Amino acid sequence: MISEFEKFKRFKAKNLPRKEMLAPGHRACQGCGEVLALRMAMKALGENVIVCMATGCMEIITTPYPQTAWKVPWIHIAFENPASVASGIESALKVLRRKGRVPKKHIDILAIGGDGSTSDIGIGWISGALERGHDFTYICLDNEAYMNTGVQRSSCTPYGAMTTTSPPGEKSFGQVTWKKNVPGIAVAHNIPYVATASPAYFLDLMNKVKKAALVKGPAYIHIYSPCPTGWGSAPERSIEFAKLVVETRIFPLYEVIEGRYIMSRKITKPKPVQEYLKGQRRFRHLDEEHISYIQQRVNADYEKLIRLSEMT
Amino acid sequence: MAKRIGIEVSIALAEAVKLANVDVIAAYPITPQTHIVEHLSEVVADGEVDAEFVPVESEHGAMSCCCGSSAAGARTFTSTSSQGLLLMSEILFIPGPMRLPIVMAVVDRALSAPISIWNDHQDIMSQRDVGWIQTFAENGQEAFDLTLHAFRVAEDRRVSLPMMVNIDGFTLSHVVEAVELLSQEEVDQYLPPFKPRYRLDPRKPITMGPVGIPEVYSEAKVAHNEALKASKKVILQGWKEFADLFGRQYNPVETYRSEDAEVLLVTMGSISETAMTAIDTMREKGQKAGLVRIRLWRPFPGPEFRKAAGKAKVLAVVDRCLPPGSTCGPVGAELRSLFYKVPGSPKIFNFVAGLGGRDVTVEWFEEMVEKATAFAKRRPKELYEVIGVREK
Repeated sequence: MISEFEKFKRFKAKNLPRKEMLAPGHRACQGCGEVLALRMAMKALGENVIVCMATGCMEIITTPYPQTAWKVPWIHIAFENPASVASGIESALKVLRRKGRVPKKHIDILAIGGDGSTSDIGIGWISGALERGHDFTYICLDNEAYMNTGVQRSSCTPYGAMTTTSPPGEKSFGQVTWKKNVPGIAVAHNIPYVATASPAYFLDLMNKVKKAALVKGPAYIHIYSPCPTGWGSAPERSIEFAKLVVETRIFPLYEVIEGRYIMSRKITKPKPVQEYLKGQRRFRHLDEEHISYIQQRVNADYEKLIRLSEMT
Repeated sequence: MAKRIGIEVSIALAEAVKLANVDVIAAYPITPQTHIVEHLSEVVADGEVDAEFVPVESEHGAMSCCCGSSAAGARTFTSTSSQGLLLMSEILFIPGPMRLPIVMAVVDRALSAPISIWNDHQDIMSQRDVGWIQTFAENGQEAFDLTLHAFRVAEDRRVSLPMMVNIDGFTLSHVVEAVELLSQEEVDQYLPPFKPRYRLDPRKPITMGPVGIPEVYSEAKVAHNEALKASKKVILQGWKEFADLFGRQYNPVETYRSEDAEVLLVTMGSISETAMTAIDTMREKGQKAGLVRIRLWRPFPGPEFRKAAGKAKVLAVVDRCLPPGSTCGPVGAELRSLFYKVPGSPKIFNFVAGLGGRDVTVEWFEEMVEKATAFAKRRPKELYEVIGVREK
């Protein structure tokens, strides 16, 4: 077990930090689940953190110069490389501390990318940083497509979903591939901490972010982030979807601590996937056959995960 | 003063980085840059310098890592070549406007296809407009001295810009030359510790790299350009103080037997030494030939170049880069632009030579001078000519 967790006091409804590190007034869409997840993550981390962010929705909505929503040091270089930028910052602080040029105090380093940045264009950069063992946390805010550029498919787009580059048509039914298992890729790097989270379970999310920061070495958190604009869903239903995705076992919540899978929330009586799929325009075209395939695959993936948690 | 020793130029350059007490080196191996980063990882492993060597997964990752490191306030170095420089390209444009004083040694090498590990300037010329200060070394001593100068200038608060030192792959990087290395005390006298004006620090949060909306984008680009142009003053000052301390004076452009020259060869990098031999041979034959060598490429030292060109009637400008479909090579174009409609300006002829490691010989320099002299009397069809290409 990771020793840093022993002294960790879990967030509860009663001891939530009051300080917001992400100021209001940013330009996110109504009902954005991503910025909500980001706000919660930042609340968990507090002010002693440096944030490296990929190009994407969160970057543009928070920093239209001369405005910034960030109350902590923040840097953006490009789309695919926040993990590399974080490597540089971590290495710099390490040597500067040794040389007495910065205070000895530990500073959390957080790299954040969307699902496109994480699962597609930046995967090599993330792999490099995880493999090298830098002491930092990588958060993927997964809204399941390239939303900032106008809803194009990524390898995290779910099976069957309509995007502007996976349109359903005479010869297609939308996204033809299954969502890439990025947390699994992170686990394969043998890093000390990997977790999945959803903003509907915000205490769970905050606790996982805090644990990731406490861990010595790299940590990876994959956060499901509802996007009403890209999904064609009602803004007021974002949290509902963030809950349904877990209750249907489509996006299970779990931790992988030093290779050991731990289910955060076992779903014993799962809702049918149909309940999650309806109400989102991106899935509207799917027929019974597709939905039944999705149900089967979700069941199989969940069983595999349960087996992993029992085995490890 | 330390004595002159025989040392491989890559190692000498790496020693300069070590003596600069570098904090972070992020690098990915590519021929012919490898000896620099191998030596640096050795000196880090042996504890000769207290630094972090980050063995990144690609050159793009290297430059990204350097941006983070520099923004956190660390003295930062990397080195690359050719395809590696091109893989970095996206990120190369970013530290300039963000004012991150990264220092990089570019070991110049040809570009694919066909793949070639040998020297020319196509890699760096393709990245000419990345907004870095760029110098070109002629020999091992310069490679060592210019690297120290680069840290000093880049990190100067009046500058705060990334800076690269170019050395020719193999023909300079892999040769053993007599180089006078400086001692740690001497380097410390010349190079103050890096004290950035801004850095990522939770005690004083700042937002770096925000969105440039149309109302501010142009201003940001102009501010960067102005800073790059204004850096020349600090570059010159850095060289002057170097000369005061160590006796070696560097200038933005150097001349050789140019005072009364009618034809001037214009070169960059290590071929300049062969060009000087060619000048000597031509002088012996009574030809009034001389040489101008460009050391500072960006910001381009226009006034210094005009002064160096003096009253020469003809410039034979050598480019080690062939931009396909263009009117001429990049150095040729730069100088044509510099002298455009300037009264009494020399006639400019451009030669492309030494691509992909082809040796540029004394005879070829003589041929260029002869051709440029002839062209001055009768305008050629093309604005440039490729020298030394087999037609069969």
